[in-house]
Amino acid sequence: MSSQRYSLFSVLRESLRGHTGWKPAWREPEPKPSYDVVIVGGGGHGLATAHYLARVHGVTNVAVIEKGWIGGGNVGRNTTIVRSNYLLPGNVPFYEHAMKLWEGLEQDLNYNAMMSQRGIINLFHSDGQRDAYARRGNAMRLHGVDSELLDVEQLKPILPMLDFDNARFPVKGGLRQARAGTARHDAVAWGYARAADGRGVDIIQNCEVKGFRVENGRVSGVETSRGFIGAKKVGVAVAGNSSRVAAMAGLRLPIESHVLQAFVSEGVKPFIDTVCTFGAGHFYISQSDKGGLVFGGDIDGYNSYAQRGNLPTIEDVCEGGMALMPTIGRVKLLRHWGGIMDMSMDGSPIIDRTPVDGLFLNAGWCYGGFKATPASGWCFAHLIATGEPHPVAAAYRLDRFATGRLIDEKGVGAQPNLH
Amino acid sequence: MRIACPYCGPRGVDEFSYLGDATLKRPDPAAENADAAFHAYVYLRDNPAGPHRELWQHASGCQSWLVVTRDTRTHEISAVEYARDAAIASAGAE
Repeated sequence: MSSQRYSLFSVLRESLRGHTGWKPAWREPEPKPSYDVVIVGGGGHGLATAHYLARVHGVTNVAVIEKGWIGGGNVGRNTTIVRSNYLLPGNVPFYEHAMKLWEGLEQDLNYNAMMSQRGIINLFHSDGQRDAYARRGNAMRLHGVDSELLDVEQLKPILPMLDFDNARFPVKGGLRQARAGTARHDAVAWGYARAADGRGVDIIQNCEVKGFRVENGRVSGVETSRGFIGAKKVGVAVAGNSSRVAAMAGLRLPIESHVLQAFVSEGVKPFIDTVCTFGAGHFYISQSDKGGLVFGGDIDGYNSYAQRGNLPTIEDVCEGGMALMPTIGRVKLLRHWGGIMDMSMDGSPIIDRTPVDGLFLNAGWCYGGFKATPASGWCFAHLIATGEPHPVAAAYRLDRFATGRLIDEKGVGAQPNLH
Repeated sequence: MRIACPYCGPRGVDEFSYLGDATLKRPDPAAENADAAFHAYVYLRDNPAGPHRELWQHASGCQSWLVVTRDTRTHEISAVEYARDAAIASAGAE
């Protein structure tokens, strides 16, 4: 168990003895023959689930199994934005629960996740869009979430670099959520891993699931590349590959895997101190603590497991950026990468039981999984421990597509490449 | 990624628009199990990691609907045919 507590004192002590006293943040145990709960997927959601199973529900005989290394998937491939500016009743309480957990995350984990509540501003460019954002802001306030509608005069001091008088897409204002912001994505995975390990959870890396053992309709364990591991309950949190893993249990999901690209520029001096999104195209930007402009846009729009995208989407994202803030035109692109998204058929996630007893599914995060990490883990742990959905995630049913209770935040229907 | 349109030749992917899985068949609305069949048809997908038959339209070109066979792990395209030909071939096979 990791007994080392990080503090100002421990940093000072280690600085005086050449940093020789730091211990590994988590163990590397061999898998035990069986566990009460096995979590498949050592990403943000799986590790958060293990942490909350141990901390909130006292379930510590838990293993997280990961085919590669923890935090090597989408939790390390996103643009680090956290926010809860949603519209629909099924979504707002869930994402606000996540936002509240983000606010106390570093104290809970004793880990610096570099949580920065720098705010997010969604820009609008027409009267109709202003009305839509006013409605969204009011919906948020009715759910107890902060929101603020800004006009151009209020925006100018905050975002002086915007092309306010753009001929096609003049900036008319923005909807701001001041409590939103960014968090160091890798540190979120590492912090959850360390905290879960400290409570006795086994984190088993380089261990790929090859199948599920199901007896009389109930799951009894997982076949892995390191042998069979017995389990009373199994939770699957492998967004991007949910269809492939669920197929091993005979399930067909309302999900397509798509590639989303993200970008970071060379480091520049402090330029933008909030998260900002373009309303007339799909472009969002923030600045990392190292100075790089971190930005992204739409998914490529076709099924893909390749973790890399194509040039037309890169051009489209950069065109969006240039329409919004032409001053970034001379900045060089440092890196771009792709992640595989579980695009669900209504754009909303799934946290639910499956037709196989004891097998639980956490999937369909589209490109909004990172901000949901704490609440996803909290609610998935609640479901696994108690067998009942958590109240704020009660709408994320797997069968909602059959019953018609869709949560179509964007209103485009069953067309994953448009969400 | 470039798609070799049978009418226009190889063109950039930005000229095409995507609809998705081309193997889905619209169920019979009068069938006994139409509810379940339409749920599967509208919402459920195989979502394979590997060869995937999918519908694309050459929207900024000849407007043809195409069935493209593409590996979702590498984006390599192994076959492109007119959707009409694919539908006739598939109906003939049944």
